[in-house]
This record gives sequence, C-alpha cells and structure tokens, in this order.
Amino acid sequence: MQAEAIDISFKTELLSLYQQMYLIREFEERSGEMYTRGHIRGFLHLYSGQEAIAVGAISTLEDRDYVVTHYRDHGHALARGMDPKHAMAELFGKATGSSKGKGGSMHLFQASRNFYGGHAIVAGHLPLAAGLALAARYKNTGGVALVFLGDGSVNEGEFHETMNLAAVWNLPLVFLLENNLYGMGTAVGRAHARGGDFDMAGAPYGIACAVVDGMDVLAVREVARAAIEKTRAGNGPAYIEAKTFRFRGHSLADPVNYRSHEEEMEWRKKDPISLLGDRLLQQDLTTELELLEIRETQDDVVREAIRFAEESPEPTEDELFTDIYA
Amino acid sequence: MATKTVIEAVRDAMHEEMSRDQNVLIMGEDIAERGGVFLATDGFIDDFGSARVIDTPLAESSIVGIALGAAVNGLRPIAEIEFADFVWPAMNQIVGEASKVRYGTAGKKYAPMVVRMPYGGGVRGGLYHSQSIDVVFAHQPGLQVVAPATPYDAKGLLKSAIRSNDPVIFLEHKRTYRLVRGEVPDQEYTLPIGVADVKREGSDLTVVAYGLMVHYCLEAANMVAESDGIDAEIVDLRTLSPLDRETILKSVRKTSKALVVQEDSLSYGIGAEVAASIATGAFEDLDAPVARLAGPDLPEMPFSPALEAEYMLSPEKIAAAIRDLAAY
Ligand SMILES: Cc1ncc(C[n+]2csc(CCOP(=O)(O)OP(=O)(O)O)c2C)c(N)n1
Ligand SMILES: [Mg+2]
Repeated sequence: MQAEAIDISFKTELLSLYQQMYLIREFEERSGEMYTRGHIRGFLHLYSGQEAIAVGAISTLEDRDYVVTHYRDHGHALARGMDPKHAMAELFGKATGSSKGKGGSMHLFQASRNFYGGHAIVAGHLPLAAGLALAARYKNTGGVALVFLGDGSVNEGEFHETMNLAAVWNLPLVFLLENNLYGMGTAVGRAHARGGDFDMAGAPYGIACAVVDGMDVLAVREVARAAIEKTRAGNGPAYIEAKTFRFRGHSLADPVNYRSHEEEMEWRKKDPISLLGDRLLQQDLTTELELLEIRETQDDVVREAIRFAEESPEPTEDELFTDIYA
Repeated sequence: MATKTVIEAVRDAMHEEMSRDQNVLIMGEDIAERGGVFLATDGFIDDFGSARVIDTPLAESSIVGIALGAAVNGLRPIAEIEFADFVWPAMNQIVGEASKVRYGTAGKKYAPMVVRMPYGGGVRGGLYHSQSIDVVFAHQPGLQVVAPATPYDAKGLLKSAIRSNDPVIFLEHKRTYRLVRGEVPDQEYTLPIGVADVKREGSDLTVVAYGLMVHYCLEAANMVAESDGIDAEIVDLRTLSPLDRETILKSVRKTSKALVVQEDSLSYGIGAEVAASIATGAFEDLDAPVARLAGPDLPEMPFSPALEAEYMLSPEKIAAAIRDLAAY
C-alpha cells in the first residue's frame, strides 16, 4: 500500500519533469518562430537541448532558495515557475511582461519566486549569486543560491573571484556550469587552458566538484540534490559541470558555421525529453497516450502565452521614467 | 572613389594598416575564425595568420590589459570589445592603466594601442547591447576618444588611431555599420585625430553632434530647411577627446546659436562640455542659451521596441529642437 503510494508520487514527479522540459522546448521553438516573423526583436538565445539541466536542478530547490542565471534564461525562469504568459510577453517587450518589457529575453526576473535573472554579461552574475547566498546565511533563512553559468564564464575574472570567495566564506552556493561545448563561435577547447575539461574547475578553490550528463534529467537531479543538501547543511559551496549541447545557434542571428551538422545530429539523438519519455515507457510508468496528452496540454499553454503576448499592450511612454530610483 | 559602408571602411583601414606594419595585430572574441560578430575582421586570419589575428577567451580585462602590455613593448595592438556594453570589466586596464602610462613614466613608456568597440542604440539591443559609453572615456585625460559617423571618416581616423602613439578608444556606432554608405577614396589617406568637420554649412544656427546623430541631424536640417527655411550648420565632432573647440567656436561665432545633440543621456555628457566651451569662448556672440538635446537620464536603454523608440532621438525630435532654437 505504502510502496504503491510512493510509486504514484514518484511517477507524478517524473511526469512533471517531462512536462516542464517539454514546455520549455515548445516555448523556445515557438518563440523562435515569433522572432523569425518579427514579433520578437533584438537578440534571442534559445535553451533547446539543455532543458534537463534547469529542470533537473531547479526541481530540487525549495521556495526559500535563489536562482540566478545567464542570458539563455527562458528555461530557468519557466522551471522556477514563471508564468509562460509573462515570460512570452517580456520577449515581445509588452507591458504585461515579467519586467514590463523593459528587460526582454535576457533579463527575465521574478522576485516572488526568488528568481534573480537573466543576466546578459557573461560571468557578471556570479558575484551577485554569492551575495544572495551571503545574505541568506546572514538572515538565517536556510536558503541556498543556485547559479547557472555557461562554459564561457570560466574564462572571466569574476568566475575565479567568486569561486575563491565562496570557498573562503563557506557560502551556501552551488555553481552549475552548463558546458554546451561552445561559447558563441568558440569551441571550449580553443578558449580554456585545460582544453575544455571543466570537471575540476572548482578544485583549485577546494570546492567539491561533480560531473553529470546534462541530457539526463534524473542524473542532473540526483547530483544537484546532493550538492544542494551539502551546501544547505553548511558544508560550503559546490560545483557541478553538466555536459550538454545547444541544439540551436548561439542566438537566432547565428549562422552556426563553426560546428558540423553531424555533431548536432549526434547530440539530438540524446534529446533529454525523448530520453526521459522512453525511459518512463520502458519502465511502464506511463503510456504513449499520457505523454501525448502532456505535450498537447503544453502546446496549448504556449499557444495561449503567445496569444496573451500578442494581445498585450505596449508599455506606455511614461513607463520610460519609472523604476529609476525608489 | 568607391562607395563603402562604415563596417567596410573599418575593415579596410585595419587591413591596410596590418599590411603596412608588421607590428599591428588584433585580438578579441571570435574575431579570427569567425571574423568578428559584425565581420569587421572577416578573412583577416587567412591574410595575416593566427599570430596577428588572435581569438581570445571571454576575458575583456585581459584582452585590453594584454594589448597594453604588448603596446608598451613595441607592438601596435588593436583590441576589439565585441559590444561596448562588455567593456566594463576592462575599465581598470583602460582608465586605470593605459591612460596613465606616458604621464606616469615621464614619457619613457607609451601605449600605442586602439580599443575598438561598437556602441549605441536603435538596434533593439536592449539593456546590454545599446549602451553609449562615450563620456566615461572622454572624461579620462590620457585617452583619445574617436567617434566617426561616415565611412570616409571612419577609415581615415582608424588609420590614424592605429598609428597614434597613445591609446585611442575608437567608437563605432553599430547602427551606422551597414546603414550608412559613403564615398571613400581609392588612394591612401589618413585624417587627423582631434579635428571636427563641418558636415553642412549653414547660417542660422549651429548643431553639434557625433556618431549616428550626425546623420539624424543632417536629415533634420533638410527637414527644417524645407519646412521653415532654417539654415542649420552641422558640426561633426568626429573626435570627442581631445575636443576641437576651435571649429565649434568658429561656427557659433558665425551663427550665434548652438544646439548640441547626443544619443547618450543628458547629464554630465559631451554636450555639457561643448556647451561650457561655447559659453566660455563665444559668450559675446550668442543670441540664445546653448541648447542640449540628449537621451533621457535613465540607467539603460529599455528593451521594449516601443520604449526604445521613445528613448532614442530621431530626426523629427531634432528638427523640433532646431525650430525651438531658431525661434528664440
Ligand atoms: C562580458 C561579456 N563579454 C562578451 C559577451 C558577448 N557574449 C554573449 S554570450 C557569449 C558566449 C558565452 O558562451 P557561454 O558562456 O558558453 O554560454 P552559452 O551561450 O554557450 O550558453 C558572448 C561572447 C557578453 N555578453 N559579456
Ligand atoms: Mg557555451
């Protein structure tokens, strides 16, 4: 009886991971279309392919924890519970967006979910994450900060400064590096002293390191859970490298002429969404029909988000002059 | 003469200088294999090789700092910052270090280097791909700050910047890159840093601008000439520091009225420096207070296209300011 109950809640959890990853993929691919059609302007960086990382890691957090991320941030925002309508409206630059259209795609932000953005400057958000962790400990909230970073961040000074400080001060902070093998057009091996081996990037600072298959949401979840628990217990910061791939270009303006189609196809075989779906089917935890229903529901959610964004008003002129000082 | 875009002129200037002088090299993010995000160095890796066309990791502070070290040791590096918005990690190397080398060593060492960066808005870039960072560098003595508006000026000034024996911050307005075309001579030429240029002669009032705003001002001048018969003179600063006060004053002494236009936010801007220079140098000639038209005093350019349009100046907004000043 009890075993069955556990199974059911476990199954619900797994299906929720599937649903979240699919939501993100659908959100990304449809917003890509909106960009191509000129409804979304500027720069758009899609998270397709990396969904397992945000979903797996954020699923282990509590409400009191903090999430900070880079500019490829739609997936993290949705995984943290941002309403897709508000996220999409922000991409459109509409008044109903999560930052009233002022921030745009790279700057999703939701204080009520302790979601601290969306940061365009590579590695610029790392000290901020450490500051959130410092404040959490000072206020004794028991909260921890989880910060996502791209492989390019490792080459910036802030990465090393923050790692060192976090270790010296024993901060409740988890660094989650999303190694998608490229920073814009630069393959990691061309920019990094250890040829793109980031597995031990925390080691020089005495920070515990772990590596995980970033296409496997369950593996990410396990590794993230262990790191979060460790840091929450006061054992200092943790570092995780998740190996992954962005299925799309750096942004939608990227001709992607620096990597091969074959490489992309190899990685697409490891699509995190079908990987989880197949595993659930194999273990008889779900049916094709149930997965289809999940996908269709999420398709509707995204369709609704787009409709909401399209129909929302532009911010009015006076919004230009709000939110400058308290 | 050939017709070129601004980005082509920038590319040609660097290509010519690299062909001319073995000591010129260029480094930046994705500039070699990919030729730069705006393709300013497209094909350079094939022509000059990887010792002179250097892809760097994401590390702005080091890109500039290493360029400085190489410059002090006899090379003429060009450091590319992908977008001006990403230059802040390198502030210490530029303002804190490069600007001070010659003075601090009593002239024994100097830093012949150029830091190029695309800046400015109107490209839907939002908070971190639209910034005007001009005034921060212009405030720092020891740096030269160049901000051309046309292909002709961009090429001639960039060649001079590369040959200069002191650090140059070379600001390229990214909206002009492919939008603005112009005649560029086939034969070799350079233009002196620190000399402004009258882009349109006029008798009623002087409009001072730089970068993208020069083009907006020229459009505005045509609009008010047609609608109101106002004859505006447009002075393109071209170099923000050192400022060519003589050319500005000469124009204002002729027209007796001045408007300074800048895309950057108003307070403590280039316009303030120009206005103060006019007030000091041409007070007796003025028929009206010096007017300034600038971006609003906001922390950053908002993403929303609707708000961006509000934020940015336009030929229409400039024409209105010209009419106001003319009516004074
Ligand atoms: C300080 C800074 N320099 C340069 C850039 C331009 N830029 C934006 S993303 C990017 C590549 C980052 O790669 P990575 O960290 O691997 O993240 P990914 O795009 O792969 O998710 C670059 C060079 C920037 N945003 N900030
Ligand atoms: Mg990357």
